[in-house]
Amino acid sequence: MSSTPAARPAKAPQRPGDRIFKGLSTGAGLLILAVLAGVALFLTVEGLPGMTASPDEVKSGQSFLPYVGPLILGTLIAAVVALLIATPIAIGVALFISHYAPRKLGQTLGYLVDLLAAVPSVVYGLWGIFILAPNMKPFYGWLSDHLGFIPIFAGPAVTGRTLLTACIVLAVMILPIMTAICREIFLQTPRLHEEAALALGATRWEMVRMTVFPYARSGMVSAAMLGLGRALGETMAVAMVLSATAGVVTANLISSTNPSTIASNIALSFAESSGKSVNALIATGLVLFVITFLVNFAARSIVDRRKEFSGAN
Amino acid sequence: MSTQTKKTSIAAPGDIGRALRARQLPLLGPRIVLTLAVFAGFGVWLATDSVFRGAITAWLVCFAIPAWSVFIEGSRKATDRLVTLLVASTFALAMVPLVSILYTVLNRGLSVLGIDFLTFSMRNVVGEGGGVYHAMVGTLLITTAATIISVPIGLFAAIYLVEYAEDSRLSRWVRFLVDVMTGIPSIVAGLFAYALFVLFFGEGVRLGVGGSVALSVLMIPIVVRSSEEMLKLVPNELREAAYALGVPKWRTITKVVLPTALAGIVTGVTLSIARVIGETAPLLIIAGATDSVNFNLFGGRMATLPVFAYASQRNPGVPPEFSIDRAWGSALVLLLLVMLLNFVARLVAYFFSPKGDR
Repeated sequence: MSSTPAARPAKAPQRPGDRIFKGLSTGAGLLILAVLAGVALFLTVEGLPGMTASPDEVKSGQSFLPYVGPLILGTLIAAVVALLIATPIAIGVALFISHYAPRKLGQTLGYLVDLLAAVPSVVYGLWGIFILAPNMKPFYGWLSDHLGFIPIFAGPAVTGRTLLTACIVLAVMILPIMTAICREIFLQTPRLHEEAALALGATRWEMVRMTVFPYARSGMVSAAMLGLGRALGETMAVAMVLSATAGVVTANLISSTNPSTIASNIALSFAESSGKSVNALIATGLVLFVITFLVNFAARSIVDRRKEFSGAN
Repeated sequence: MSTQTKKTSIAAPGDIGRALRARQLPLLGPRIVLTLAVFAGFGVWLATDSVFRGAITAWLVCFAIPAWSVFIEGSRKATDRLVTLLVASTFALAMVPLVSILYTVLNRGLSVLGIDFLTFSMRNVVGEGGGVYHAMVGTLLITTAATIISVPIGLFAAIYLVEYAEDSRLSRWVRFLVDVMTGIPSIVAGLFAYALFVLFFGEGVRLGVGGSVALSVLMIPIVVRSSEEMLKLVPNELREAAYALGVPKWRTITKVVLPTALAGIVTGVTLSIARVIGETAPLLIIAGATDSVNFNLFGGRMATLPVFAYASQRNPGVPPEFSIDRAWGSALVLLLLVMLLNFVARLVAYFFSPKGDR
């Protein structure tokens, strides 16, 4: 996508202004790489003392691995459940906007979904605590009564501020980005494929299944992974909604003892920590950074393989 | 892209024509069912006083369409109608939280919002009263500083990618890592700023400018991506015309390319500000919270709207109602700011973008 004209004289006169400007722009490009490296570097420098700290030096009273293990597990459970909730909805919404709603309405409906992305996370947190959690509590009671034999719904449902509520809030928060990417890819399905399917007598759903989904498969995977990356790192909504207990390992989504996530644990305990505890928290942040970096790296690699797709970030 | 199978008018009346045509639901059939569903929903809503039950009833009634279709049109058409219903339902479902959030924030926030709320800080306030002046000052200062840091870096990086890089390996890496950077968790950006400033200022550092650095980490990739897209849209003919006149490359960029793309760049920057202005986690880590007005980015703790909303909910004091009210009030102010920025961005894009093939 080189935008520079190809036919330039081989030796244009070099002016100082040109050299300075080129240096500035290249420098800015390099600076971005430096920032990314800096994030990893500074987190490592400040995190290492926390990783090696002995149990009696930190507030949690645990050495690093037993401390971070349940947090990683909680983070993964919350993010994956959120992803499971959000993926079908995101695909449905994207499909509705791209193939089902009237063309003229499509853009407006897209704005509406994008509005969800504009809501600050702290507002999601407030909404989760004061609106969603109380309204979900009766539903959790029903779940634990009727589906309690499934371990994830074992209950007892005494509070609405459970892991499942946090997951629902997370799902709402990652919905816009997943929808945006899916929508963009669905719209890129070659028109001829769609029309060929319709001409052969396919119903709209058969057309979608035969032409749109196969074409968009890799894009949907990367949308899901980007959503996963967001869900892994989302902090405030989880910190506010979830009533978490440190060090809990459980797959029970609707009980009152919930595992915390890395990000929410940092947000909740950073202000009251000092000394090696801070270093330990930064070390957990480094773990989170590595996990999300890998997920995003993989997702972007998949997107990047499709050169024609410019990316809705 | 209507896929309704329209009957051809040439089909002869009588048995042959009927035999050639597949049986269909009456054209108005689905609409009648939808109307019935709406009425049923309202009926249940009024009877049980529960919006939730009314909505569920209406939704369930809608399934009569595919059920009806199975008998008349066969399973393929019925599946199609079922999927159409489900796809439309997902959209309706996605709108539920949006409507609920907007309604709640407006409802709870408007009762608190007033001149006092916007012009008082929380200094020496216990219980009722107080406001978000200090938090607004903090948010505006920190976000402005973040913008001042991010825009030059982001813009120059975009210029590098579009004008200078010529698809080198370095530029591909920069582009790819910028994409990856958009996924950095906000709290990690906050920890990065803390880890950076702790080296200079010692443990427990809380600085407004630290918040700006953290926000910049989140903002730069967004600015780069949007500016890059906008610079790419500038037609090559403009650059070539400038070169043909003997204009140096850097003058071409500053006098031809940038002005052409300016509206798009401003839109992108405004949207990126809207994205980071609501960030809570990094500011909680590095900017901290305080009850007083602080105009100095380099002078200790600084309150911000999102952190204020969070802290008001987290430590409401006794009695909690006033603090919770303030949390909703600041959430409303924050939401209004974000909406305003989004609106301004759309206006800029609408009025100032170059007219042409777009």
